[in-house]
Amino acid sequence: MSARVTIPADSGAVSVGADRTARAIARQAQARGVEVSLVRTGSRGLYWLEPLVEVDTDEGRFAYGPMAPGDVPSLFDAGFPAAGAHPKALGLVDEIPYLKNQQRLIFSRCGVVDPLSLDDYLRHGGLAGLREAIALGPTRTIEEVVASGLRGRGGAGFPTGIKWRTVAGVAAEQKYVVCNADEGDSGTFADRMLMEGDPFTLIEGMAIAALAVGATKGYVYIRSEYPHAFALVSAALQRARAAGLLGASVLGSGRAFDIEARLGAGAYICGEETSLLESLEGKRGQVRAKPPLPAISGLFGKPTVVNNVLSFASTPWILAHGGNAYAEYGVGRSRGSQPFQLAGNVKRGGLVELAFGATIRQLVEDFGGGTRSGRPVRAVQVGGPLGAYFPQSLLDTPLDYEAMLAAKGMLGHGGLVVFDDTVDMARQARFAFSFCAAESCGKCTPCRIGSARGVETVDKIVAGRDRPQNIQLLRDLCEVLTDGSLCALGGLTPLPVLSALDHFPEDFLKDSPRAAAE
Amino acid sequence: MKGRTPWDEAQARAVIAAKSAEPGAVLPILHALQERFGYIDDAAIPAIAQALNLSKAEILGVVSFYHDFRRAPVDGATLKLCRAESCQALGCEDLVAHLGHAHGVEVDHADPSAPLVVETVYCLGNCALSPAALLDGEPIGRLDAQAIDEVVARAAEKRS
Repeated sequence: MSARVTIPADSGAVSVGADRTARAIARQAQARGVEVSLVRTGSRGLYWLEPLVEVDTDEGRFAYGPMAPGDVPSLFDAGFPAAGAHPKALGLVDEIPYLKNQQRLIFSRCGVVDPLSLDDYLRHGGLAGLREAIALGPTRTIEEVVASGLRGRGGAGFPTGIKWRTVAGVAAEQKYVVCNADEGDSGTFADRMLMEGDPFTLIEGMAIAALAVGATKGYVYIRSEYPHAFALVSAALQRARAAGLLGASVLGSGRAFDIEARLGAGAYICGEETSLLESLEGKRGQVRAKPPLPAISGLFGKPTVVNNVLSFASTPWILAHGGNAYAEYGVGRSRGSQPFQLAGNVKRGGLVELAFGATIRQLVEDFGGGTRSGRPVRAVQVGGPLGAYFPQSLLDTPLDYEAMLAAKGMLGHGGLVVFDDTVDMARQARFAFSFCAAESCGKCTPCRIGSARGVETVDKIVAGRDRPQNIQLLRDLCEVLTDGSLCALGGLTPLPVLSALDHFPEDFLKDSPRAAAE
Repeated sequence: MKGRTPWDEAQARAVIAAKSAEPGAVLPILHALQERFGYIDDAAIPAIAQALNLSKAEILGVVSFYHDFRRAPVDGATLKLCRAESCQALGCEDLVAHLGHAHGVEVDHADPSAPLVVETVYCLGNCALSPAALLDGEPIGRLDAQAIDEVVARAAEKRS
């Protein structure tokens, strides 16, 4: 039997040469008459080791990485595909501490299975959750999700089960399930990894939601910056239909549900749920005033479940193992696991799925190994472009919803971006405003105008013009954005701005030619 | 070739007709047109409006709202360069500067004489391998000045 060799086709792995490595392995194997069966998977999320090559052995999967095409001949010289001594040998993949110290509930299959093989999916526990949901029926399915304590993983943290119960309780001829896969936050890539590496988990989760609330049609709204994820999800949907997982009778339940993948068009604001619905309806992605909630009047005015990729992807595990089993992970009101994403200037960037409760420092230092540049960590932005910057003194803050809020930050989609001591925090504050100005939908004044005024005010402070007055003006402006914006874009832009100002005031007060003259 | 078919009214109408029955068809239609022709021609606006029984203003409003839709054809390669926080932490702004003085390429500025078009994007979801870019859909991670030089050289070669 030929050895099963896996290499990720994940776009991150491909961005550092996984396709070239795969071709080199195929060529070497052929030239040497060695039989290998090459399978392209998703990524394990150990990105500093990509391209990561794994081979099945009797002891488990043995890993090599990062494998450049030039490393491949010596790999075969060392006896590949039998596990042998090689400078790039990492040992058994499951024993790599970065992976071993995680609690992978959602990402257990990612990087392991062929993303488009339903057989692989079933062999690794797929569809157990959906079968259980069909057996339980809608009401008890929702109760399991409520019991799990799962909260929306897109950033808002609203209890998923309560949202489903609301939609289930509204009488309507047509209901929808919409997946928000418009993962626009810088420093986050978990949705992309899952869609590229294990798309059936998302499809299964959406089907569980649809049967629970009585929806027959679903949409996955994927951002256009993710062409690979869009292709994988579209292909997975076709296979799911062909296998009867979607269609007129989902897994023979007699209940109909189908999903369509839709492409965004480069608008950060469409990650806001009501903008996303407008965009799906074919309009400008402008935020809607709430109420009515999408659960009551959502897509095309119908009751709609809108959840993030990771929220849907958590539900197959919850149904398969029970809501209470899921709730055993985590702390306080943050139950279950969160896929954190380590990014920016970090030595070991990647995906770290952990039960809630770990601190920023554990992520950045224990998993991340500090900065890639080797310089001291100065700031960590948690939760995307609308998240706060944390200084060294606050790195022991736990990464759960309540603790982040108490520290005037937010968990968001679980991304952590690390900066070394060369960062200019006044420049980061300015960027927060200019990003808000570029991506504002324009509907409400604080966000549309306030963001532009914010850029100007930061510029004045940095230039040394009337510093005390302009700093006060900046704080007032942030208050207006926080209290007066329709959605989180304007409402949360003050988090990065004020955290930069509060924790790194020296960067705003550097000597400038003008300040020196005054 | 993808994105290089010259504008053709009859073809455009066929593309529009194929999708106009879908609920919320505007974005799928615009994507299909841009995929075929490389941009959204002015003449597409009334054609879509007519097919969907919407006003021209509504269609133009949608086209202009989204960063993706181009109003003029682009000749040559397009590099989408991420300039969000994670890539900033690893020097993407130095790459923007390098494009300017080493190659005379100004980001987000259409210049027919430049070897390639470079567009700002905010996040490509490859943040563990920043700085990140997409070259005509092909992902590039850990981008540095040397990789930029190679991209520009390849683009210039293709054009000549």
